[in-house]
Amino acid sequence: MSKYRDGRWWFIGTLAFALLLMLVPLPAVLEPFKPYWPALCLLYWTLESEDRVTLGMAFGVGLFADLFNGVLLGEQALRLCALVFIALRFRSRLRFFPMWQQTLAVLALLLNDRILLLVVRMLAGDAMPPASWWISPFVGAALWPFLTLLLDDLRARLRRQ
Amino acid sequence: MARARDESSPLFAGNAAGTLRLIGYLALALVLMVLDQRNGWLWRLRDTAAVVVEPVYRLAGLPAAGIHSLSAAFGDRQQLTEQNQRLRQDLLLANAKLNQMAAVAQQNQRLKQLLDTRNSLGLKVQLARVVGVDLGAYRYRIMLNVGAREGVKPGQPVIDAHGVMGQVREVLPTTSVVMLITDPSDAIPVVVARSGLRTVAYGSRDGAQLSLPNIPLAADVRVGDQLLTSGVGGRFPPGFPVGRISHVAPAATGMFLVAQARPAADINRSDEVLLLHDQAEPDGPPAPAAPVGPPLDLAPTAPGGSAKSGLTAATAPATHRPSSTGGVRR
Repeated sequence: MSKYRDGRWWFIGTLAFALLLMLVPLPAVLEPFKPYWPALCLLYWTLESEDRVTLGMAFGVGLFADLFNGVLLGEQALRLCALVFIALRFRSRLRFFPMWQQTLAVLALLLNDRILLLVVRMLAGDAMPPASWWISPFVGAALWPFLTLLLDDLRARLRRQ
Repeated sequence: MARARDESSPLFAGNAAGTLRLIGYLALALVLMVLDQRNGWLWRLRDTAAVVVEPVYRLAGLPAAGIHSLSAAFGDRQQLTEQNQRLRQDLLLANAKLNQMAAVAQQNQRLKQLLDTRNSLGLKVQLARVVGVDLGAYRYRIMLNVGAREGVKPGQPVIDAHGVMGQVREVLPTTSVVMLITDPSDAIPVVVARSGLRTVAYGSRDGAQLSLPNIPLAADVRVGDQLLTSGVGGRFPPGFPVGRISHVAPAATGMFLVAQARPAADINRSDEVLLLHDQAEPDGPPAPAAPVGPPLDLAPTAPGGSAKSGLTAATAPATHRPSSTGGVRR
């Protein structure tokens, strides 16, 4: 019971940390390279544990993210929902991919997410963003293997204690 | 670990219920977005959730602040001395200029009083610090550490030492968000300092420049011209530097000149900024001037009716008299 509760706090903690990381600024030069942390974190948990991440949860996390740094309420909720839905649908296959295939899949998911965001912003009447807009998904995908290894390792350590 | 595969996790095909739920959530998100776009719910929500939201902003701003203070603490001694030297020189220069300006300002004040205009050179400002929080990529907004509790209102202009930075967009109890002039959805009325041409500068797509897309072909605009706020529209007070023209070319349509300008303010680097308190000129004609009569000592002593003003006029010279008479007496 307490182990389960620990696991849950660990889960919530990583999500909160991802939201915080999203808010932490980088130097102006590195700004376009910033990955979309909440998406990566949610993806990890979707692939890792079967019933923790649901669409409703993704929606809730997205609303929180919007509350903190969004410009439009519901924007990130929409994006995270779509992302988690696709990940949940292909979960069984994604899990058994070798790491490089998984990374490519994550890249596709993140690119899809950027396209969604672009559509939303264009509909809201914003200007077309510059080319550096498309760097972020690649950085996110490149970080994916390390992120999974790190989170797996931390989780294993926590379980052992 | 052979797990019974239930319906929520099929290997190949999805189930209809999941899709329906997705559609439901997406529709909900869309409705939220449209409503927010129309009514600005997000900011009202942020306002009510300020107790939770603002500490998170402070927390997220900590790394940037930490790096800032670390660089001050472990900064190169030589670098610091150099910086100090430079600041001293700047201060000296600024003070010299100020002294020179003081005389001009006084003269200006006097002339303006003669002309009976009301805008003054006095600045009511408030110092604010930038909180290092990332408000979303390509958003061209910064967050300040002052808010409604310090009397900040939406629409207040924000400047730094070099020029206009932007204006306050949203206000929370102890923080506020500033939209920078480089935001693609921002426009600021400007005047070319050299030729007096009035136009509008918009933020540009890459967020580092200003663009002036509709200058008449015959207008006199050159690379290097300084742009000042023109004060048209009443948002920004006139006369603050906005930027410098870096590029002029005819538009693709051939109907206008298109210019690019580099913002004067240090938009990426400023960490302390000034908030101007509203001092835009009120619209409409000026209030009627107080009636001016002949000088006091020439005015006839008012009998009865306007006793009050007459009295003060009479007593004012009277207070001076004893000393002068005393001098005579001696």
